[in-house]
Amino acid sequence: MIEIKNLHKSYPMGKESLHVLKGLDLFIKEGEFVSIMGSSGSGKSTLLNIVGLLDIHDEGEYYLNDELIQNLNEKKAAVLRNKFLGFVFQSFNLITYKTALENVAMPLYYKGVSRKERQVTALEYLEKVGLKEWANHLPSELSGGQKQRVAIARALVTKPKVILADEPTGALDSTTSHSVMEMLKEINAEGMTVFVITHEEDIAEQTDRIVRLKDGVIISDEKVKKTVNA
Amino acid sequence: MFDLDRWREIFQAISKNKLRTVLSGFTIAFAILLFTLLFGIGNGLKNMFETQFAGDSQNSVYVYSGRTTKPYKGLQSGRRIQFRNDDLQFMNEEFEDEIQFFSPNIQRQMQGSYKGEQNRYTVRGVYPDYQPLESAVIESGRFISVLDLKNRMKVVTIGRLVEQDLFGQLSALGKEINLDGFSYRVIGVFSDPGGDNDERYIYTPFTTIQGMYKENDEVDYVGLTFNPKMNVDQALNFSNSLTKLLKDKHSVAPRDQNAIRVRNYAEGTKNVQQFMTVLNVIILFIGIGTLVAGIIGISNIMVYIVKERTKELGIRKALGASPNSIIGMIMMESVFITALAGYVGLLIGVFTLKAIGDGLEDYFIINPSVENYVVVGATIILIIAGTIAGYIPAKRAASIKPIVALNDD
Repeated sequence: MIEIKNLHKSYPMGKESLHVLKGLDLFIKEGEFVSIMGSSGSGKSTLLNIVGLLDIHDEGEYYLNDELIQNLNEKKAAVLRNKFLGFVFQSFNLITYKTALENVAMPLYYKGVSRKERQVTALEYLEKVGLKEWANHLPSELSGGQKQRVAIARALVTKPKVILADEPTGALDSTTSHSVMEMLKEINAEGMTVFVITHEEDIAEQTDRIVRLKDGVIISDEKVKKTVNA
Repeated sequence: MFDLDRWREIFQAISKNKLRTVLSGFTIAFAILLFTLLFGIGNGLKNMFETQFAGDSQNSVYVYSGRTTKPYKGLQSGRRIQFRNDDLQFMNEEFEDEIQFFSPNIQRQMQGSYKGEQNRYTVRGVYPDYQPLESAVIESGRFISVLDLKNRMKVVTIGRLVEQDLFGQLSALGKEINLDGFSYRVIGVFSDPGGDNDERYIYTPFTTIQGMYKENDEVDYVGLTFNPKMNVDQALNFSNSLTKLLKDKHSVAPRDQNAIRVRNYAEGTKNVQQFMTVLNVIILFIGIGTLVAGIIGISNIMVYIVKERTKELGIRKALGASPNSIIGMIMMESVFITALAGYVGLLIGVFTLKAIGDGLEDYFIINPSVENYVVVGATIILIIAGTIAGYIPAKRAASIKPIVALNDD
């Protein structure tokens, strides 16, 4: 599903340039539940942005769904994002003046789905995250956990191949964090590839595979041993 | 463009973000309102001047005679110059192309009466051409005709105030009035934009009054208008050569200022026209100034709006919005707001001007108004300016990497 070979990325910092990713190799199969661990500055967010087609890599190869990503213009990237990727952000990134339902329906609007169908599908996904009763509330009327569930519904609504979650629990307390992680597990159980970025050990441990990044290189990549009674 | 879904999206953005909608709308509405008001008041000032100088035809020339002040060709000073019928013929022949309307004039003070009412009036014996010369407007009946002139008819066309004096509320038409003992039939009543004095004249055929007391061919003075195709300088040349030829004919010293006097309204017209040009330039300057201020205002606000929406635009891009759909959305929004607000400003401005009407006459402003095409043109200019002002930041916002936009707070 996601294949990365010798990936490099650096950011210009004045005259100098900051080398953030120093040759990453990563292969994620369809249906995997992977977490990227690392302290801040390790390059994990940069990696997610490149995987999410929000940013462009300098060197190396990146295949998304067996398609080589290169010379990508904004228009093409927008189509690919809409088709293959669903985003869940730490700060939710809901549009403040739109209701929960309208926020969830938005990716469908850019996909070109008819208004009626958008409403139905969006409501279906809101029900899935348990927020059907909150469909007509604005984000400001929802709790942090509810906002993140709306964001998850929004990420799922186009039936993408990969869910990219950037610190999805970073702004939540431990109880809501737990329920959000449960939700991501359910999604994964349904066969979707889930790609989580976090710096919290206990969050990472709930995934199936942990990739640890440090200073732009992968230092370890291992399966999580499932303890039966955690 | 006519995508209903996109319009829904835009209406929602407009109605859910009232502050910025009101801000940009207000700027446009205010600019158009100011533009309309200033332009309208400027036009009112212009109208005032046009009315002030509307008394007589602006291309009229009057020729008077008097006593000589200098001896010339062996003739003494103090000699009285009298225009006669041959002078009329002479002028018409010499200046056939330059003269448009022409009328000699004999002017007498007479006691006018009808039944019990009486008053003193100035009676003028004139040609039919005198009507356009004086800018007299016939209210009822008709002016002196060529036939009246030929047959030396005892008929008069009287001013509106003469009718009011002698007949009260009744119509004077067809009635006989008495002027110094002779009876004249009223064939018409006129009004004159020049004012009260001009509406107290009585006009009668030139031939009637010329031979009334004793047969002669004397003329008091001559009024004429020059061909309106001539410009001011040509008109002044014409009156100069007219003066010169008349002085030659009557053996008057070239530098004699009194014996033959030609008063050309073109001189005054020239000054008025210069003043009007200056006024026009000022009005234009004010108009352009307000428009520029409006354009700057809307540009600032568009930059602010796009900046404020950077994060939202980033989210939309992450969810699959193409750069073009972002640019299109922002521009359609700005065009919609500016067009609507511009229209509101235009309406308020036009209605305010209507409400003012002639209420500011004391301040030299008459009928302040703006031509529709001017305001609509101004509104379109502001809409285009708003669109361009919106396009540049929208384009920039659309090309920002989504990740940068998402991190914008």
